[in-house]
Amino acid sequence: MRLINHIPNRAGGLFLAALPFIAVLIAYSVASDIRLSANPQDKLLPAPSTILSTAERLFTEPDRRSKDILLWKDTFASLARLVGGVSISAAISLALGLAIGLFPYARSFMSGFVSVLSMVPPLALLPILFIVFGLGETSKVVLIVIGITPFMTRDLSQRVLDIPREQIVKAQTLGASSLVIAWRVALPQILPRLISNIRLSLGSAWLFLIAAEAVASNVGLGYRIFLVRRYLAMDVILTYVIWITALAFVIDWLLKTLSRKSFPWMEAGL
Amino acid sequence: MKLTKLMSATALALGVLSAAAAPLAAEEKTEFKLAWSIYVGWMPWGYLEDSGIMDKWADKYGIDVEIVQFNDYVESINQYTAGAFDGVSATNMDTLSIPSGGGVDTTALIVGDYSNGNDAVILKGDGGIEALKGKPVNLVELSVSHYLLARALDTVGLEEADLDGVINTSDADMIAAYATKDVEAVVTWNPLVSEITGSNPDANTLFDSSDIPGEILDLMVVNTETLADNPAFGKAVAGAWYEVMSLMAAGDEEVLTALAEASGTDLAGYKAQLEATEMFFSPADAVAQARASDLPATMTKVADFLFDKGILGEGAPSADFVGIAYPDGATSGDASNVKFRFDTTYMQMAADGAL
Repeated sequence: MRLINHIPNRAGGLFLAALPFIAVLIAYSVASDIRLSANPQDKLLPAPSTILSTAERLFTEPDRRSKDILLWKDTFASLARLVGGVSISAAISLALGLAIGLFPYARSFMSGFVSVLSMVPPLALLPILFIVFGLGETSKVVLIVIGITPFMTRDLSQRVLDIPREQIVKAQTLGASSLVIAWRVALPQILPRLISNIRLSLGSAWLFLIAAEAVASNVGLGYRIFLVRRYLAMDVILTYVIWITALAFVIDWLLKTLSRKSFPWMEAGL
Repeated sequence: MKLTKLMSATALALGVLSAAAAPLAAEEKTEFKLAWSIYVGWMPWGYLEDSGIMDKWADKYGIDVEIVQFNDYVESINQYTAGAFDGVSATNMDTLSIPSGGGVDTTALIVGDYSNGNDAVILKGDGGIEALKGKPVNLVELSVSHYLLARALDTVGLEEADLDGVINTSDADMIAAYATKDVEAVVTWNPLVSEITGSNPDANTLFDSSDIPGEILDLMVVNTETLADNPAFGKAVAGAWYEVMSLMAAGDEEVLTALAEASGTDLAGYKAQLEATEMFFSPADAVAQARASDLPATMTKVADFLFDKGILGEGAPSADFVGIAYPDGATSGDASNVKFRFDTTYMQMAADGAL
């Protein structure tokens, strides 16, 4: 029998899925143990038990000075920026994508510009962003928007162009106007694409968010990571990294579920 | 086939981790690595490497010393603390908080200079230190800038809580930040200070490090065990350093121009920065600073600041958690946990011409 037809049973599948996680955990514990036996106060690779107790403290105990639980404050601040940036990007790219995909004039006007724009490295423009948008929340949201919108727009306009030409012709023979075609033919087919697009862009969005928070901020997940790096508090950094990973995973799962519930006919394509 | 691939991948992953896992072990050896980052008082480290003066002294003692430049100051200290380097250029405050606070026994091999105006609190517009009340202040949090701000506020009886908070701002973006209208005050260091005060007529320097002389020391710190096992390392580094110092003190234009260019300015600009820096050109002056009677009081102040900000870590029960040893054998902090030592042995050898 060919290898491609060997399918693990349920338990075997679960075991295989868990294996890389276990391997990383073991490799980390061993490395941490080696360093801690050389220097018990080593901060680079804290023991898993230290990370666990640090995590418990970060999640439950308020800060000595501000009396806030910093991790939750950071999480809400960062999520607000992330959701703001991604929502604005989604709205802009949906509108532009539909326009570029459906209207030849819009295509001639915008398509080249968006393609070039998507190649600009936004992080290099940070100083200009600060002068124009200030150092507050706006510049952080704008960085996310500039970072992911061109790419999302390019992809969505291509998806609109991929809609079979026959459907557009058919809608026209039934008397649909351009706007009705956009609303009733293109939009329903693009929305699930938009969600999968957001899922793909979230990784970049996190990256831009953390970069913006590292530059000028006084609250946020990225801010805290760069701050405690100043005294090599890897136990705090690792807790935050695991937390960010978990948040990203949950957001991704929520979007996937939303897509499956709202657009069951697209299931195969997601 | 598949299994071998899997195994080699695992071996690779473990290899990467164990590379991170093995700190440089202290033992007798012949190859040493120092890390440094750009700052007016540390520019000679780059010149030592480029000019071959370091190699000359290393050859004399039969060793090899490599000096590596870092673009990111904190990362250079973190790399030293993690064990990738034998020494690093750092301030007394960051040495106490990162390597010493992290259990790496560290010795100040060379006391290079103290900041005498290179770090400054700058307000946009008129007013005194009291004018900072209720204003946000942009600075690199937990750095010497933060310490300088705390000392400035002390002088007028204010506290950080009286401000509208501090906003952590990357030094790389400080000049751009100053130009935005929501920034009202910044604390930073040279060459950023001279850039900001030079190009903004409204920049008003409220307080600078010349108001707290001798508190912000710029050092070359090395691993204590490595130094103890390899006196030749200490001798070669001190010998090379003071050769360049004597060239600088004599006003050697060629050397000073090389230092200026490496720091991205011209001779005049570099000389202006040097004026705000109390360089210890002569090893005897450096020894005197390390033996200064007020050094323990300064270090205690620094330790209190670090503890107050939570920088000494959660394991720190008090500000005295890390012990600091001075050249005369005295200690401050926990005498049973000495992790930071001021040692004048090698600077004294240079002063005596014994290298």
